[in-house]
Amino acid sequence: MNTSVTIAGVRFKNPVTTASGTFGSGMEYADFVDLSRLGAVTTKGVASRPWEGNSTPRVAETYGGMLNAIGLQNPGVDVFIERDLPFLKKYDTRIIVNVVGKTIEDYCEVVERLADCDVDMLEINISCPNVKEGGIAFGQSAASVEHITREIKKRARQPVIMKLSPNVTDISEMAKAAEAAGADALSLINTITGMKIDVARRSFVLANKTGGLSGPAIKPIAVRMVYQVANAVKLPIIGMGGIKDAEDALEFIMAGATMVAVGTANFFNPYATVEIIEGIEKYMADNGIDDINDLIACVK
Amino acid sequence: MLAIKKKVKVAKNSRLAPDIYSIWLEAGDIARYALPGQFVSLYCRDGSRLLPRPISICETDRDMGVIRLVYRVVGKGTKELAGLAASDYVELMGPLGRGFVPEGKKAMLVGGGIGIPPMLELAKQLSCEKQIVLGYRDVTFLDNEFYPYGKVYISTEDGSVGAKGNVIDAIKANKLEADIIYACGPTPMLRGIKEYAEKMGIRAQLSLEERMACGVGACLGCVCKSTYTDSHSHVNNKRICKDGPVFYAEEVEL
Repeated sequence: MNTSVTIAGVRFKNPVTTASGTFGSGMEYADFVDLSRLGAVTTKGVASRPWEGNSTPRVAETYGGMLNAIGLQNPGVDVFIERDLPFLKKYDTRIIVNVVGKTIEDYCEVVERLADCDVDMLEINISCPNVKEGGIAFGQSAASVEHITREIKKRARQPVIMKLSPNVTDISEMAKAAEAAGADALSLINTITGMKIDVARRSFVLANKTGGLSGPAIKPIAVRMVYQVANAVKLPIIGMGGIKDAEDALEFIMAGATMVAVGTANFFNPYATVEIIEGIEKYMADNGIDDINDLIACVK
Repeated sequence: MLAIKKKVKVAKNSRLAPDIYSIWLEAGDIARYALPGQFVSLYCRDGSRLLPRPISICETDRDMGVIRLVYRVVGKGTKELAGLAASDYVELMGPLGRGFVPEGKKAMLVGGGIGIPPMLELAKQLSCEKQIVLGYRDVTFLDNEFYPYGKVYISTEDGSVGAKGNVIDAIKANKLEADIIYACGPTPMLRGIKEYAEKMGIRAQLSLEERMACGVGACLGCVCKSTYTDSHSHVNNKRICKDGPVFYAEEVEL
């Protein structure tokens, strides 16, 4: 049975990675799962210097999901290279580094710092809804998606994944813009902007007022968007949004994703990633599927 | 011990006061290795409620392999928990976080409201001289269980039991002295304890709380402000679930 997939010349032993921001750099979850079982670890967003993030409360539960407004707190690229990367290199897994910035120059600085590092791919976060500058600001018009993608592609040594936001009128337009500018792959979806009000206190639950909605509640939207984008561009897709088990993962693969990322599920099941890999293998065995690639975009 | 997540059996679940419940869980190794001040995450059965409920450990019985949690019913998740009966199962992850560190010769244990439960196991385990200060809004709970471990002082906001006011009022009214304060309670209380401890030159260990998601230090949801740049985050934030919940007063800004 073959569970390996290839994106932009990078081979992954299986199609399961982690969604950026839900798994740190893997250290905390290494107590629960063998990181070497994963197709890849996708890291928390890395900026050119340390970011404090937003005020608390930063998280809130919602029906079948959660809101977060962490605000991309991270220790910066220097610490990432000195501490997190050597940790990840101990495992037999691919490393996808999520890159964040307030300006295009910020993004490019991180991309250049990572150029000589042993990382497999870069995922460019142009879709975080929780920061005042950067993030989603680069991901909500086709022109800005194209511009930032082109600037990053000029400097990147590793293949570039552009991570798209669902908070747009037509996500396939953003996908086409990234493709036109030379992106190697796409990942989608980031969180959907939401809000929760505490009626007892008559106030917002999150200090940031709004946050990104994730978890099972958003899965049908994510599957639809993966299908839409898969039919609009030729780029390989890493699909994510509410995946909690193998059946969910298979939905994304059948809709057109080459890989899937597990995010919020890690919070309620720290073993989720490995259970999903095992579940995909079982599905393949039970259904006589020899190659996972035969399932990608099999639903037309 | 590394934290594990597993299904555990309820040994007993009972009501202590309006909205305050006590549950004993057959947690095995989690009971054997948990330290005072550590917490566990409990998961709801209802899939619409995703996130674990972090609850501090009130007592452990290492021989029996059971832990006790005393919790307040504040929402649908804790309401579900209150509905569990003996022999039911619940999913649990733990032990989580860093607990209290024993030190000093004369200790003051200060608990406010639902911050009182973790002080019980601490009171049991500390071998030094102990003064226990418990603050309530009105109805008291667990107070009787502290008497074997030290002198107990109570404050209530309405003055119905003990000193009228908060725990600081009780400390001042009784002219209590100590070389270490351990405290758990709402943030305004911890702020008061931090100021008091600084003024009196007493070391203080404070147990903080914040809305959490992962409970293991990955999501960065439950941070608090740190006085100095934190060695892990490289900014002035510490993770309450992983680096805490117990911090020295001088480490954090409240």
